[in-house]
Amino acid sequence: MLRLDSVTRSFGDHLVLDRIELTVPDGQLLSVVGPSGCGKSTLLRTIAGLLPADEGTITIDGTPVAGVPDRLAVVFQDYGRSLLPWLTVRDNVALPLRRRGPRRAARHAEAEAILERVGLHGVARRHPRQLSGGMQQRVAIARALVCRPSLLLMDEPFGSLDARTREDLEDLLLEVHRADGTTIVFVTHDIDESVYVGDRVVVLSPGPGSRVVQDVPVGLPGKRDQLTTRGLPAFVALRTEVGRAVRQGD
Amino acid sequence: MTAQARFGRRIPRGSATHRARTAVPFLLRWSVLLLAVACWEAAARSQGSVYFPPPLRIARHAHDLWFSGPVGHVFLTTAAVDNVLPSLGRMAAGFAIAAVAGILLGLAVGRSRRAYALCNPVLQFARAVPPPALVPVFVVVLDFGTPMQVASIAFSAVWPVLVNTAEGARATDPLRLEVAAVLRLTGPERLWFLVLPSALPRIFAGLRLSLSLSLILMVFSELLPGTADGIGFTLTDAQSRSDLLTVWAALMLLGVLGYVLNTGLLAVERRLIGPGRAA
Repeated sequence: MLRLDSVTRSFGDHLVLDRIELTVPDGQLLSVVGPSGCGKSTLLRTIAGLLPADEGTITIDGTPVAGVPDRLAVVFQDYGRSLLPWLTVRDNVALPLRRRGPRRAARHAEAEAILERVGLHGVARRHPRQLSGGMQQRVAIARALVCRPSLLLMDEPFGSLDARTREDLEDLLLEVHRADGTTIVFVTHDIDESVYVGDRVVVLSPGPGSRVVQDVPVGLPGKRDQLTTRGLPAFVALRTEVGRAVRQGD
Repeated sequence: MTAQARFGRRIPRGSATHRARTAVPFLLRWSVLLLAVACWEAAARSQGSVYFPPPLRIARHAHDLWFSGPVGHVFLTTAAVDNVLPSLGRMAAGFAIAAVAGILLGLAVGRSRRAYALCNPVLQFARAVPPPALVPVFVVVLDFGTPMQVASIAFSAVWPVLVNTAEGARATDPLRLEVAAVLRLTGPERLWFLVLPSALPRIFAGLRLSLSLSLILMVFSELLPGTADGIGFTLTDAQSRSDLLTVWAALMLLGVLGYVLNTGLLAVERRLIGPGRAA
């Protein structure tokens, strides 16, 4: 269980996170939505242990976060920068396995298996820049999954992809979540997306000093579909509720 | 250079890059040089001055002097073994020391903000001193001979690699450093998989400068009195004997050496900064 207790963070005089309270039970896919510049990324970096909180505590299963926690993975929006262009796709994915110590051949096999799982076939020896944006983000997701994280943080992962690719990747994410039951914190500025992928949506107020202003459980069926789910009256009602909360803060 | 151009063989035919690359065909690219040599040849022949022999005669003389040896010696003559090889050896040693020391120190300085702040003024100062001016210092400290020459080359050539490596390592993408932190890469892993490859284009920019400085310092350190062999020694020795043909041959040899070494370094760079890498 991930718990944020009164987490506050500022950069100089600029207050970004203002006493954030949040509890994410194991296995939940939590969408965090808010206007751009509201501190969503700062929140994620703080949970990841990349930025220390000024005040308050973050605990994972009761253990306070200090530095990057074990079994945590992050998918960043900018796949072009987050993948290492001088390594092949396979070496990128196998990189986090080095510390676990299996031999090279075993690491490669594991990387290739996870690439298959995210729907990438026959690209293991290519370089990231030779792939499309959607494929590169799949590689980044494969690299995040290869260490079987118990907590996966995603920072607007599909924000720079075209609509169709983004839908495919949303479904891939739901599939992975359903199969592995990983706890996922999914940051987005897209209201529809937050409702479609989330088990629950929290809305952050605009900065300075973001707080959680709305906490909406998503009661949609677990098995979702881009066309039918988005047409459900419940979906429309939820997106209206979340949309109103996002606007209210303005 | 674009990502495409770095693919080398994989540039698609008819692409903009391909057209740009082949816009000036091989023969045409060399034709200006050939034309210049032809003009030189014609001018030198018509003047008949002993100070300016025609290039073909210089080339033939260079061949007789250095490259007409036995097959067993890869056609190298005694003169080449005695003078060209020692020069190349000293240059290789000096350049290698400069490259290794420059890259290691540069990574260390570039990765630590404090080290960079402290070292930067020293580096800028050291870099600003004209390298040949340091040779007299080494002559005093180490006396004449190979150690002095290698030290002069290494000490002069180290700065461009060091400064460029430090700049390159400092410019490592902060997002990638976060990725490295999240993947919990160890210090050496981060250096090998992230910092070093990021800095590679800058490192090679430094190495190219260092290579040409090495060549300059190699010749310069051999021009001093007290030297017993080397291409620089051949130059001064021939000059004292008014053997202008040998002076010109040595100059031509230096030009070719510089060109070949730089081309070799560029080939290594292209191999290391492989496909998928954007500039």
